[in-house]
Amino acid sequence: MVRLNLLLLALIVVSSLALVTSQQQARKLYNELQVEQASAKRFEEEIARLQVDQSTWSTPSRIERVARERLGMHAPEASHTRVLGVEASAGGSSR
Amino acid sequence: MSALAGMGGAVRAKPIRLAGWRVVLLTLALVALFGGLAARALYLQGFNTGFLQQKGNSFSKKELVVPAHRGRITDRNGEALALSTPLFQVFVTPRGMQPTPAQFTELAGLLEMKEATLKKTIDASEGEFLTIKPRVLPAVAEKIVGLKIPGLELQRHYRRHYPDAEVTSQLLGITNYDDYGQEGMELAQNAWLAGKQGMRRVVVDNKHNIVEEAGAGRAPQEGRDLALSIDRRLQHLAFRELKAAVEMHKAKAGGAVVVDVHTGEILALANYPTYDPNQRDVVPKDKARNRTLTDVFEPGSTLKPFTIAAALEAGVVRPDTMMQTAPGSMTIGSATIHDAHAYGALTVEQVIQKSSNVGAAKIALMLPPETMWHMLSRSGFGATAKTGFPGEVSGRLRPYRTWKPIEQATMAYGHGISVNLVQLARAYTIFATGGELKPVSLLKTNGDVAGQPVISEKSALAVRAMLEKAVGPGGTAPKAQVRGYRVAGKTGTAHKLEGRGYAAHRYVSSFVGFAPASNPRVIVAVMIDEPTGGEYYGGSVAAPAFSRIVEVMLRAMNVPNDAPLDNVILPPPEAMPVEEDM
Repeated sequence: MVRLNLLLLALIVVSSLALVTSQQQARKLYNELQVEQASAKRFEEEIARLQVDQSTWSTPSRIERVARERLGMHAPEASHTRVLGVEASAGGSSR
Repeated sequence: MSALAGMGGAVRAKPIRLAGWRVVLLTLALVALFGGLAARALYLQGFNTGFLQQKGNSFSKKELVVPAHRGRITDRNGEALALSTPLFQVFVTPRGMQPTPAQFTELAGLLEMKEATLKKTIDASEGEFLTIKPRVLPAVAEKIVGLKIPGLELQRHYRRHYPDAEVTSQLLGITNYDDYGQEGMELAQNAWLAGKQGMRRVVVDNKHNIVEEAGAGRAPQEGRDLALSIDRRLQHLAFRELKAAVEMHKAKAGGAVVVDVHTGEILALANYPTYDPNQRDVVPKDKARNRTLTDVFEPGSTLKPFTIAAALEAGVVRPDTMMQTAPGSMTIGSATIHDAHAYGALTVEQVIQKSSNVGAAKIALMLPPETMWHMLSRSGFGATAKTGFPGEVSGRLRPYRTWKPIEQATMAYGHGISVNLVQLARAYTIFATGGELKPVSLLKTNGDVAGQPVISEKSALAVRAMLEKAVGPGGTAPKAQVRGYRVAGKTGTAHKLEGRGYAAHRYVSSFVGFAPASNPRVIVAVMIDEPTGGEYYGGSVAAPAFSRIVEVMLRAMNVPNDAPLDNVILPPPEAMPVEEDM
């Protein structure tokens, strides 16, 4: 009887130590998860910000302004345009 | 030994006996004490447990809001037209915050506020939530969190950006502080775009670090992206040309709509004047309105093709039937209809080409009111175009039973009826296709859409031929011609309504047409409200804008030419035709 009790006591001690360890482990892992989630959120925020940047830089009005003012481009005039028939353009470019 | 043992035995054998009442008293006292403890335990555990657990949890358990972002609005090619980025609101809890002087200095620096100002703001909030700064960038917010000031908290929310700013403002609308749609497509499609915020239950330690997840929360539902029918490039081009036309003619306002003939999608929808939705503090009401859908106007001569189509369908005229328009005016009852020039006898085709009011009125009066009403009604007038846009109006088409002959006559050239610009553009799908009215959409659709047959293909093609003549050298709008393409269309110039009558010198100039005429791809409708630059005829105000929009559209869409590049023939200035409205 006494021996059984001692055995059970030992088991209880072992299992409670195991519980403490696993709890500790769980919290540590959870903490790591949180760090990773926080950086995931940061990346998401960065993506959103970069998307705004990208679409702000790529507005047609800005592209047109840069083409006109910085690159000196302009739409071709009639005298500089040649229209090719559909047969002629079938092989490649349409202009 | 034995004596000792005997003594011990004697002691054991003779225990001290206490008085009976003392034992009872002690027992009762102990029972009472234990009873008290048990009662207390029962009270705390049994009856008061909810309150106490709540108290306990309030120290260790927290519910955190997980914000969901709003979906993007993109154009038909997936380019973002509206998107949200996170921002943080910095606030102090009712308990107040207790920063160290060093923390305080650093906080003021991060918030870009003067220390004195910050102190004053904080002191002003006794026992209330106080927002110190509503919008802080995520990078700065992270540093503020790093300061770990007790009592100072941050809440994530979103801000909407509109990269194309004033080019798309009336179409997209805006969202409010909570990123909820307030106007335009943001409002119409809010249920689709808006996310649903989630919730996390967590256990925190005494330093407010999250230790573990406590039970199931609710995952946030992210908003969905929405693809519009709009093409960002075409939208820009339409806006650019509309703006130029409104400014050149010193007009009050203007609108332009571009519709894909095959799919019914609205490729561009521009309004001017406009505003920048990114500067949301001031939203001028008159500039925020999407005139092309929410405002009606009397279309004027752009409606004549429908009168002619009804007459062709009814078989009362043919394109070459002669109509006598001399002497350039016509009296019905007490009212008189005028042409600006007396043309004499014109064919039905020339009535459109020269835009004769008398001719159109005479043709209309050959029809029963019911026939004409059916034509207009089936062309989509008097009902909304069902784009789902908030505030979209139906315009006015009165029931034919109440029509008087003079009203039927004026309706023949677009007076006494009101439309919005999108309705008008949509109605022209009848002539751009083989007589079918196509449904229009502001959302991206999948491929070609079936229309509702309104007139026969023969009549549609006959009217299309007339519309092509109207932009020719002998028509009312040679300035609508486009280099390299055949176009077809009709001008309109109408006096604006003022009180019960018409304003003498205030006009709406419009032009609706499509190109290429040999195989129409786009319908373009332009409306210029109250031009004050001297010219006001649709042929000289709206037609040039139409021409430029069509030219850039077809080039951008890579539509093959159907005419040589030297096809534009403008008559000499002195022979420039005058349009005949009112």
